[in-house]
Amino acid sequence: MMLNSKLLQGKVVLVTGCNRGIGKAILEKFAMNGAIVYASARENGILEKEALLLSEKYDTTVVPVYLDVTDLKGIQQLFMKINKEYKRLDCVVNNAGVMEDALIGMATEAIIQKTFSVNVFAPINMIQYATKIMKKLGRGSIVNISSIVGTNGNAGQIVYSASKGAVISLTKTAAKELAPNNIRVNAIAPGMIDTAMFRSIGEPRISERISKIGMGRLGTAEEVADAALFLASDLSVYITGQIIGVDGAAII
Amino acid sequence: MENIEKYNNAFIEALSVEKQQLSGLTYQGISEWDSVGHMNLIASIEDTFEIMLDTDDIVDFSSYTKGIEILKKYDVEF
Repeated sequence: MMLNSKLLQGKVVLVTGCNRGIGKAILEKFAMNGAIVYASARENGILEKEALLLSEKYDTTVVPVYLDVTDLKGIQQLFMKINKEYKRLDCVVNNAGVMEDALIGMATEAIIQKTFSVNVFAPINMIQYATKIMKKLGRGSIVNISSIVGTNGNAGQIVYSASKGAVISLTKTAAKELAPNNIRVNAIAPGMIDTAMFRSIGEPRISERISKIGMGRLGTAEEVADAALFLASDLSVYITGQIIGVDGAAII
Repeated sequence: MENIEKYNNAFIEALSVEKQQLSGLTYQGISEWDSVGHMNLIASIEDTFEIMLDTDDIVDFSSYTKGIEILKKYDVEF
């Protein structure tokens, strides 16, 4: 979807997990809409080219930052940097996540720890630091990326679905607690999205999955990014505590 | 302004207390320093000294005196 006006002009935003898939699409969508984007990824140097390209293409500033979202000190330093450089933060998208399938009986302690550290504990810490800046501004928007399996569950994903379910409950709680500060907290629950990660399951399984989607096709990362743009922008100033499914009526 | 004055002002403004009350002040020792007051106080201190406190330090910040000890870790000199 193309919109004529730049919905995020002058806003400072942070998006985690920007190196691929949904995060990469959100990064471009936000840059396209005039935002100054702090784009984070874990692997050092991986965003340099993309940041330069998007900054020039959309006449904005994309700042690449390298962060392991489970590193509390790193999170603290990143928000100190943003506060020092812009003295404002309008939106954070907690997109970085890991997905590891495990049947009941095979969900090891290592899988549980890793999944919850990245998918749940990290967004909680990001919210704790981001809101320090947003409270001073008297406004802000936090967008968390959940999943359709967080609302519906899915066989083989006891750990991942639990972590995405936790994202929903932390979203609702944060929305209630931060509403007096005019900080909105919402989540997106994507369904089956055409990303490299999804494609890795192989063609026969992809066809089987598509047959369960009401709209008869996979979603695109850009369509998820459109929802993120809506939640980040002033088009949704009175919307908080909501979980928006972007799933084309998928049945799971 | 000396750091101690800035520190005192953060308490006075965030908790609406008098200067002479400060030295013995403890978390939840007065109605103004409840959990909401605590977060306001922390925001005021972070703003004043341009720092971000660790969550553990925010929780440990249990008194006026303890706060000084914690801030020294962030290179705030008194």
